[in-house]
Amino acid sequence: MDKTQFLEELKRRLSGLPQSDMDERLLFYSEMIDDRIEDGLTEEEAVAGIASVDEIVEQIMAETPLSRLVKEKIQQRRGLKAWEILLLVLGSPVWLSLLIAAFAVCLSLYIVLWAVLSSLWAVDLSLAVSAVGGLFMAVFDLIRGNPAGGAFMLGIALVCAGLAILLFFGCLELSRGLLRLTKKILLGVKTMFIGRENTER
Amino acid sequence: MDIQLKRGLLDVCVLAAIKDEDSYGYKIIKDMKPYLELSESTLYTILKRLESAEMLTVRTAEHDGRLRKYYHITKLGLNRLDEFRDDWKEIISIYRFITKEDNLNG
Repeated sequence: MDKTQFLEELKRRLSGLPQSDMDERLLFYSEMIDDRIEDGLTEEEAVAGIASVDEIVEQIMAETPLSRLVKEKIQQRRGLKAWEILLLVLGSPVWLSLLIAAFAVCLSLYIVLWAVLSSLWAVDLSLAVSAVGGLFMAVFDLIRGNPAGGAFMLGIALVCAGLAILLFFGCLELSRGLLRLTKKILLGVKTMFIGRENTER
Repeated sequence: MDIQLKRGLLDVCVLAAIKDEDSYGYKIIKDMKPYLELSESTLYTILKRLESAEMLTVRTAEHDGRLRKYYHITKLGLNRLDEFRDDWKEIISIYRFITKEDNLNG
Protein backbone atom coordinates (compact mmCIF):
# COMPACT_ATOMS: atom_id res chain seq x y z
CA MET A 1 0.00 0.00 0.00
CA ASP A 2 1.47 3.40 -0.88
CA LYS A 3 0.96 6.65 0.99
CA THR A 4 -1.98 7.89 -1.07
CA GLN A 5 -3.81 4.57 -0.76
CA PHE A 6 -3.21 4.48 2.98
CA LEU A 7 -4.49 8.03 3.52
CA GLU A 8 -7.48 7.50 1.21
CA GLU A 9 -8.43 4.32 3.07
CA LEU A 10 -8.04 6.06 6.44
CA LYS A 11 -10.11 9.01 5.24
CA ARG A 12 -12.89 6.72 4.04
CA ARG A 13 -12.98 4.82 7.34
CA LEU A 14 -12.90 7.94 9.50
CA SER A 15 -15.54 9.88 7.60
CA GLY A 16 -17.87 9.71 10.63
CA LEU A 17 -15.48 11.83 12.69
CA PRO A 18 -15.78 15.61 12.87
CA GLN A 19 -14.14 17.11 9.77
CA SER A 20 -11.43 19.05 11.64
CA ASP A 21 -10.53 15.95 13.67
CA MET A 22 -10.18 13.88 10.54
CA ASP A 23 -8.08 16.45 8.65
CA GLU A 24 -5.73 16.82 11.58
CA ARG A 25 -5.22 13.08 11.91
CA LEU A 26 -4.62 12.64 8.18
CA LEU A 27 -2.00 15.43 8.24
CA PHE A 28 -0.36 13.76 11.22
CA TYR A 29 -0.04 10.38 9.50
CA SER A 30 1.02 12.00 6.25
CA GLU A 31 3.85 13.81 8.07
CA MET A 32 4.84 10.57 9.81
CA ILE A 33 5.14 8.72 6.49
CA ASP A 34 7.12 11.56 4.88
CA ASP A 35 9.54 11.64 7.80
CA ARG A 36 10.07 7.91 7.56
CA ILE A 37 10.80 8.19 3.86
CA GLU A 38 13.25 11.02 4.57
CA ASP A 39 14.92 8.69 7.07
CA GLY A 40 15.77 6.30 4.22
CA LEU A 41 12.79 3.98 4.07
CA THR A 42 10.90 3.29 0.85
CA GLU A 43 7.29 4.49 0.65
CA GLU A 44 5.98 0.94 1.06
CA GLU A 45 8.14 0.31 4.11
CA ALA A 46 7.18 3.65 5.63
CA VAL A 47 3.48 2.84 5.35
CA ALA A 48 3.98 -0.72 6.61
CA GLY A 49 5.84 0.63 9.66
CA ILE A 50 2.75 2.53 10.75
CA ALA A 51 -0.09 0.59 12.33
CA SER A 52 -2.71 -0.83 9.97
CA VAL A 53 -5.80 1.25 9.18
CA ASP A 54 -7.90 -1.25 11.14
CA GLU A 55 -5.81 -0.79 14.26
CA ILE A 56 -5.87 3.00 13.97
CA VAL A 57 -9.65 3.11 13.49
CA GLU A 58 -10.18 0.75 16.41
CA GLN A 59 -8.06 2.88 18.71
CA ILE A 60 -9.75 6.11 17.65
CA MET A 61 -13.18 4.58 18.21
CA ALA A 62 -12.21 3.41 21.65
CA GLU A 63 -10.98 6.91 22.51
CA THR A 64 -13.72 9.05 20.99
CA PRO A 65 -16.75 9.39 23.28
CA LEU A 66 -20.01 8.17 21.78
CA SER A 67 -21.70 11.52 22.52
CA ARG A 68 -19.21 13.24 20.22
CA LEU A 69 -19.93 10.89 17.33
CA VAL A 70 -23.67 11.28 17.77
CA LYS A 71 -23.36 15.07 17.87
CA GLU A 72 -21.39 15.07 14.66
CA LYS A 73 -24.02 12.85 13.08
CA ILE A 74 -26.81 15.21 14.03
CA GLN A 75 -24.94 18.24 12.74
CA GLN A 76 -24.27 16.55 9.42
CA ARG A 77 -27.97 15.88 9.00
CA ARG A 78 -28.99 19.53 9.11
CA GLY A 79 -29.85 19.61 5.43
CA LEU A 80 -33.37 18.20 5.78
CA LYS A 81 -36.01 19.52 3.41
CA ALA A 82 -39.29 20.96 4.68
CA TRP A 83 -41.40 18.03 3.46
CA GLU A 84 -38.97 15.56 5.04
CA ILE A 85 -39.40 17.28 8.39
CA LEU A 86 -43.17 17.28 7.90
CA LEU A 87 -43.13 13.55 7.16
CA LEU A 88 -40.92 12.92 10.16
CA VAL A 89 -43.30 14.79 12.43
CA LEU A 90 -46.46 13.28 10.95
CA GLY A 91 -44.99 9.78 11.05
CA SER A 92 -43.64 10.14 14.55
CA PRO A 93 -46.50 8.23 16.23
CA VAL A 94 -45.48 5.26 14.08
CA TRP A 95 -41.67 5.35 13.87
CA LEU A 96 -41.10 6.78 17.29
CA SER A 97 -43.09 4.04 19.02
CA LEU A 98 -41.46 1.38 16.84
CA LEU A 99 -38.04 2.78 17.68
CA ILE A 100 -38.82 2.81 21.39
CA ALA A 101 -40.18 -0.73 21.17
CA ALA A 102 -37.08 -1.98 19.35
CA PHE A 103 -34.86 -0.27 21.89
CA ALA A 104 -36.90 -1.74 24.77
CA VAL A 105 -36.61 -5.24 23.31
CA CYS A 106 -32.84 -4.93 22.98
CA LEU A 107 -32.56 -3.54 26.47
CA SER A 108 -34.75 -6.25 28.01
CA LEU A 109 -32.76 -8.98 26.24
CA TYR A 110 -29.65 -7.51 27.75
CA ILE A 111 -31.25 -7.32 31.21
CA VAL A 112 -32.42 -10.95 30.89
CA LEU A 113 -28.81 -11.99 30.36
CA TRP A 114 -27.83 -10.30 33.61
CA ALA A 115 -30.89 -11.76 35.38
CA VAL A 116 -29.89 -15.30 34.36
CA LEU A 117 -26.40 -14.64 35.56
CA SER A 118 -27.48 -13.20 38.89
CA SER A 119 -29.82 -16.15 39.53
CA LEU A 120 -26.90 -18.49 38.85
CA TRP A 121 -24.88 -16.55 41.40
CA ALA A 122 -27.78 -16.88 43.84
CA VAL A 123 -27.85 -20.66 43.32
CA ASP A 124 -24.12 -20.74 43.93
CA LEU A 125 -24.50 -18.76 47.12
CA SER A 126 -27.30 -20.99 48.42
CA LEU A 127 -25.19 -24.10 47.68
CA ALA A 128 -22.35 -22.60 49.67
CA VAL A 129 -24.68 -21.74 52.55
CA SER A 130 -26.14 -25.29 52.46
CA ALA A 131 -22.65 -26.76 52.59
CA VAL A 132 -21.84 -24.76 55.72
CA GLY A 133 -25.25 -25.59 57.22
CA GLY A 134 -24.81 -29.29 56.44
CA LEU A 135 -21.46 -29.26 58.18
CA PHE A 136 -23.03 -27.80 61.32
CA MET A 137 -25.83 -30.35 61.20
CA ALA A 138 -23.28 -33.18 60.87
CA VAL A 139 -21.43 -31.98 63.98
CA PHE A 140 -24.78 -31.55 65.79
CA ASP A 141 -25.85 -35.11 64.89
CA LEU A 142 -22.52 -36.55 66.04
CA ILE A 143 -22.82 -34.78 69.40
CA ARG A 144 -26.36 -36.14 69.81
CA GLY A 145 -24.99 -39.65 69.24
CA ASN A 146 -26.36 -40.23 65.76
CA PRO A 147 -23.31 -41.14 63.62
CA ALA A 148 -25.38 -42.39 60.66
CA GLY A 149 -27.28 -39.09 60.42
CA GLY A 150 -24.00 -37.21 60.87
CA ALA A 151 -22.33 -39.08 58.01
CA PHE A 152 -25.37 -38.43 55.83
CA MET A 153 -25.30 -34.69 56.56
CA LEU A 154 -21.53 -34.59 55.98
CA GLY A 155 -22.06 -36.21 52.58
CA ILE A 156 -24.67 -33.65 51.66
CA ALA A 157 -22.40 -30.83 52.82
CA LEU A 158 -19.55 -32.15 50.66
CA VAL A 159 -21.77 -32.48 47.59
CA CYS A 160 -23.05 -28.91 48.08
CA ALA A 161 -19.54 -27.57 48.58
CA GLY A 162 -18.30 -29.33 45.45
CA LEU A 163 -21.16 -28.00 43.33
CA ALA A 164 -20.71 -24.50 44.79
CA ILE A 165 -17.01 -24.43 43.87
CA LEU A 166 -17.63 -25.69 40.34
CA LEU A 167 -20.49 -23.26 39.80
CA PHE A 168 -18.38 -20.39 41.16
CA PHE A 169 -15.82 -20.73 38.37
CA GLY A 170 -18.59 -21.15 35.81
CA CYS A 171 -20.31 -17.98 37.02
CA LEU A 172 -17.04 -16.05 37.07
CA GLU A 173 -16.32 -17.00 33.46
CA LEU A 174 -19.87 -16.10 32.40
CA SER A 175 -19.67 -12.71 34.14
CA ARG A 176 -16.41 -11.95 32.36
CA GLY A 177 -17.95 -13.02 29.06
CA LEU A 178 -20.92 -10.74 29.59
CA LEU A 179 -18.66 -7.78 30.39
CA ARG A 180 -16.70 -8.46 27.20
CA LEU A 181 -19.99 -8.62 25.30
CA THR A 182 -21.02 -5.25 26.76
CA LYS A 183 -17.77 -3.71 25.53
CA LYS A 184 -18.31 -5.24 22.08
CA ILE A 185 -21.86 -3.87 21.91
CA LEU A 186 -20.68 -0.35 22.80
CA LEU A 187 -17.95 -0.60 20.16
CA GLY A 188 -20.54 -1.92 17.70
CA VAL A 189 -22.81 1.07 18.31
CA LYS A 190 -19.88 3.40 17.69
CA THR A 191 -18.99 1.55 14.50
CA MET A 192 -22.56 2.03 13.35
CA PHE A 193 -22.11 5.78 13.58
CA ILE A 194 -18.74 5.83 11.83
CA GLY A 195 -19.54 3.07 9.39
CA ARG A 196 -22.86 4.27 8.02
CA GLU A 197 -21.14 7.17 6.28
CA ASN A 198 -19.31 4.76 4.00
CA THR A 199 -22.45 3.41 2.44
CA GLU A 200 -23.94 6.84 1.91
CA ARG A 201 -21.07 8.00 -0.27
CA MET B 1 6.07 -3.28 31.60
CA ASP B 2 2.67 -3.10 33.23
CA ILE B 3 0.27 -1.24 30.91
CA GLN B 4 -1.15 1.06 33.60
CA LEU B 5 2.30 2.01 34.80
CA LYS B 6 3.43 2.67 31.24
CA ARG B 7 0.42 4.86 30.49
CA GLY B 8 1.27 7.12 33.40
CA LEU B 9 4.84 7.51 32.22
CA LEU B 10 4.13 8.21 28.54
CA ASP B 11 2.96 11.82 29.00
CA VAL B 12 6.04 12.69 31.00
CA CYS B 13 8.29 10.95 28.48
CA VAL B 14 6.87 12.96 25.59
CA LEU B 15 7.38 16.17 27.57
CA ALA B 16 10.95 15.10 28.30
CA ALA B 17 11.52 14.47 24.58
CA ILE B 18 10.70 18.11 23.74
CA LYS B 19 12.27 19.64 26.85
CA ASP B 20 15.62 20.74 25.41
CA GLU B 21 14.52 21.66 21.91
CA ASP B 22 11.34 21.67 19.88
CA SER B 23 10.72 18.35 18.23
CA TYR B 24 8.36 16.69 15.73
CA GLY B 25 6.32 13.51 15.80
CA TYR B 26 8.69 11.09 14.12
CA LYS B 27 11.70 12.34 16.10
CA ILE B 28 9.82 11.99 19.39
CA ILE B 29 9.04 8.35 18.61
CA LYS B 30 12.63 7.70 17.54
CA ASP B 31 14.11 9.38 20.62
CA MET B 32 11.85 7.36 22.92
CA LYS B 33 12.36 4.05 21.14
CA PRO B 34 15.28 2.81 23.29
CA TYR B 35 13.15 3.32 26.40
CA LEU B 36 9.49 2.97 25.45
CA GLU B 37 7.81 1.66 22.31
CA LEU B 38 5.16 4.14 21.21
CA SER B 39 2.76 3.84 18.29
CA GLU B 40 1.82 6.81 16.12
CA SER B 41 -1.83 6.74 17.19
CA THR B 42 -0.88 6.71 20.86
CA LEU B 43 1.51 9.62 20.34
CA TYR B 44 -1.24 11.57 18.60
CA THR B 45 -3.56 11.11 21.56
CA ILE B 46 -0.87 12.13 24.05
CA LEU B 47 0.10 15.23 22.06
CA LYS B 48 -3.56 16.26 21.86
CA ARG B 49 -3.99 15.76 25.58
CA LEU B 50 -0.84 17.73 26.44
CA GLU B 51 -1.87 20.49 24.05
CA SER B 52 -5.31 20.91 25.62
CA ALA B 53 -3.68 20.86 29.06
CA GLU B 54 -1.50 23.73 27.73
CA MET B 55 1.68 21.83 28.51
CA LEU B 56 2.90 22.26 24.96
CA THR B 57 2.23 24.47 21.95
CA VAL B 58 2.24 23.49 18.30
CA ARG B 59 3.65 25.42 15.38
CA THR B 60 3.74 24.43 11.75
CA ALA B 61 6.95 25.10 9.85
CA GLU B 62 8.08 24.34 6.33
CA HIS B 63 10.61 21.57 5.98
CA ASP B 64 11.99 20.42 2.67
CA GLY B 65 9.03 21.73 0.70
CA ARG B 66 6.38 20.27 2.99
CA LEU B 67 4.80 21.18 6.32
CA ARG B 68 5.83 19.70 9.60
CA LYS B 69 4.43 20.29 13.08
CA TYR B 70 6.86 21.19 15.84
CA TYR B 71 5.99 20.85 19.50
CA HIS B 72 7.26 23.33 22.05
CA ILE B 73 7.13 22.78 25.83
CA THR B 74 5.44 25.49 27.93
CA LYS B 75 5.95 26.62 31.50
CA LEU B 76 3.15 24.26 32.58
CA GLY B 77 4.89 21.38 30.83
CA LEU B 78 8.16 22.14 32.58
CA ASN B 79 6.27 22.29 35.88
CA ARG B 80 4.85 18.84 35.14
CA LEU B 81 8.37 17.48 34.69
CA ASP B 82 9.40 19.01 38.02
CA GLU B 83 6.35 17.47 39.64
CA PHE B 84 7.37 14.13 38.23
CA ARG B 85 10.78 14.45 39.89
CA ASP B 86 9.05 14.94 43.23
CA ASP B 87 6.67 12.05 42.52
CA TRP B 88 9.65 9.91 41.74
CA LYS B 89 11.07 10.30 45.24
CA GLU B 90 7.78 8.96 46.58
CA ILE B 91 7.81 6.12 44.06
CA ILE B 92 11.33 5.17 45.17
CA SER B 93 10.21 4.95 48.79
CA ILE B 94 7.19 2.86 47.74
CA TYR B 95 9.55 0.66 45.74
CA ARG B 96 11.68 0.15 48.84
CA PHE B 97 8.56 -0.79 50.78
CA ILE B 98 7.48 -3.29 48.10
CA THR B 99 10.88 -4.97 47.89
CA LYS B 100 11.65 -4.80 51.61
CA GLU B 101 10.65 -8.43 52.24
CA ASP B 102 12.87 -9.61 49.39
CA ASN B 103 15.87 -7.84 50.86
CA LEU B 104 15.29 -9.36 54.28
CA ASN B 105 14.99 -12.86 52.85
CA GLY B 106 17.70 -12.60 50.26
